[in-house]
Amino acid sequence: MSESQDKLSEKDFKDPYEFGFETDIESDFAPKGLNEDTVRFISNKKNEPKWLLDWRLDAYKRWLTMSEPDWSSVRYPPIDYQDSYYYSAPKDSEKLDSLDDVDPKLLETYNKLGIPLKEQEWLAGVAVDAVFDSVSVGTTFKERLKEDGVIFCSFSEAVKDYPELIKKYLGSVVPTTDNYFSTLNSAVFSDGSFVYIPPGVRCPMELSTYFRINAAGTGQFERTLVIADKDSYVSYLEGCTAPMRDEHQLHAAVVELVALEGAEIKYSTVQNWYPGDEEGRGGVYNFVTKRGDCRGDNSKISWTQVETGSAITWKYPSCILRGNNSSGEFYSIAVSNNYQQVDSGTKMIHLGNNTSSRIISKGISTGKSSNTYRGLVSIHPKSRNSRNFTQCDSLLLNDNCSANTIPYIESKNSESIVEHEATSSKISEEQLFYCQQRGLDEEEAISLIVNGFCKDVLQKLPMEFAVEAQKLLSVSLEGSVG
Amino acid sequence: MNNFLNIQSLSAKVEDKLIINNLNLNVDKGEVHAIMGPNGSGKSTLSNVLAGKDGYEITSGTINFCGEDLMSLKPNERSNRGIFLAFQYPVEIPGVTNINFIKTALDSNRKHRGLDPLKPGDFLKLIKEKSKILGIPEDRLKRQLNVGFSGGEKKRNEALQLLMLDPSLAILDETDSGLDVDAFKIVADSINSRRNNDSSMLIITHYQRLLERIEPDFVHVFINGSIIESGGPELASEIESNGYERFTDVK
Repeated sequence: MSESQDKLSEKDFKDPYEFGFETDIESDFAPKGLNEDTVRFISNKKNEPKWLLDWRLDAYKRWLTMSEPDWSSVRYPPIDYQDSYYYSAPKDSEKLDSLDDVDPKLLETYNKLGIPLKEQEWLAGVAVDAVFDSVSVGTTFKERLKEDGVIFCSFSEAVKDYPELIKKYLGSVVPTTDNYFSTLNSAVFSDGSFVYIPPGVRCPMELSTYFRINAAGTGQFERTLVIADKDSYVSYLEGCTAPMRDEHQLHAAVVELVALEGAEIKYSTVQNWYPGDEEGRGGVYNFVTKRGDCRGDNSKISWTQVETGSAITWKYPSCILRGNNSSGEFYSIAVSNNYQQVDSGTKMIHLGNNTSSRIISKGISTGKSSNTYRGLVSIHPKSRNSRNFTQCDSLLLNDNCSANTIPYIESKNSESIVEHEATSSKISEEQLFYCQQRGLDEEEAISLIVNGFCKDVLQKLPMEFAVEAQKLLSVSLEGSVG
Repeated sequence: MNNFLNIQSLSAKVEDKLIINNLNLNVDKGEVHAIMGPNGSGKSTLSNVLAGKDGYEITSGTINFCGEDLMSLKPNERSNRGIFLAFQYPVEIPGVTNINFIKTALDSNRKHRGLDPLKPGDFLKLIKEKSKILGIPEDRLKRQLNVGFSGGEKKRNEALQLLMLDPSLAILDETDSGLDVDAFKIVADSINSRRNNDSSMLIITHYQRLLERIEPDFVHVFINGSIIESGGPELASEIESNGYERFTDVK
């Protein structure tokens, strides 16, 4: 082989993680470890009503009887659940009345992340809720949203201010019994975001949450609940980053979406948790349960995700297509580099008549990573005239990584149509050379080809996220062809 | 000796097999050279080596381009210095639109020359003009690069990139193959029309027909990795009539 090819394979994988800084800020921790007292501590910190404490304790008891799922392709040493903090809050966070009271260091962190919390600086018209470790530190544009009756606040506030809505919908999509990680979340979730869009309202701006794990040895368990009432519409964006640390950090979030009759929810995620270094040290374990319920007729839920971070990604944003004529979409780009492991996909559960679902998954693997698409399409016997289209494409950038596609298809009536297409390809020397011959350097060539590969999904992202996502793709793949 | 393109005693191997064997070639500014040879004589290897493709081991010799050692430059650096290869088999790049690709390439070349990216309006005007010359419908510019293009459409698209990037050295690797009679004339004539004193061409072909429309200054007979005879256009006519027998017999 020629000289320049040797150079390629020797290229070290420079860590491109630009969000790996840590903010030195005084934090308030729960005692290390997990027991009933931890659950009580968290609930007490948040002055929660008794019903919610009981709900948490039920979940905790349930969790004790469960065991970690082992059916996925991800492998990791046993997690010591007693060796983590389950609550960490920047000190004095409870007293915040306005953004002016937020610790300047925190604001600095958010500025580094590119999230200007101050409303006057934010021209793009995106309302932001930022969750730092376990607590929500500020929601912008709250007043403007209130005019339309839109509720966008931290989960803790929602528990205080809108207990009826929380009582009605919390756990109604992902019950406390659902799975090991979501049950754990139900017991110890600390904060998150809450959204309610009243009937007939088209949310006037994109709603956005940024999650940040900062404190060492801290798990993050946030809970997001989005309710779109009849004939309403909301587009919700979520971004995540974490500092670089040698140890693994556990992130087990739960997201529940409820779309009532005629409502539409568009949920976009750019997940860039710290992925670990080139030796596989550190990185976030991301075990996330995301599920949307198209509860009403003619409702629609659309998941779009760009996953470039985390040492382990285990998530399957799903849609329950309960209402007649409801539809679900899943658009995903999952990038894995170095020793990252991705096992991700979706579940489309067709229950109502004339329901439709569409799955477009793009997996890109490089380094020594493994990248699995795992998806279920289930069409129930009474779900007449329903249809699904699935397309799963994998792109491999070298010979040391792996890509798998594992589709489960259950179609229980003859009137429904399920289509599945899958491709797997390696980035070709010919494509790279062609681009380079036209003047693009190697990184630009890879970026161009990968962005082309992901185009169908990138197009689904809201504009400001699409730009960020493209940049993130390029950064995640730097020096990755061998 | 000139200071444009200078190939001296070049030998190159692919997987231990000697493909280019002690090749010498000088191309001066404004000259058109044709390399003719039978299948498997190493013509495409020569174009790949000039463009800097991986997978070739240069065992001896030098390639000098405008005073620089070409071998020390990466493919993109060669492109940005004005070397353009019209591919024999252009590749498909799904999801990347033709027009965006050409814009990216052009801006990259311009950047090297210290120029700002071409303004969208100016770019559009230019590409529409060049497309028109080549008879390329505008909707093809919006399609994904080479995806689902017929062989002829791909070749026409290579010619479009050639006209857009306007390189100082164009290497045409069997650009005539895959084109039907009408397309062939359009492509050949449009390439011929950009001949000037500042840009040179290296035309790699089996047949004389392209050379009837782009008359070369020099014709080289290329067999087993080296030039065994050079002459003017009459050499191409002779090959057209008699084939390569005379040259292969010599070997």
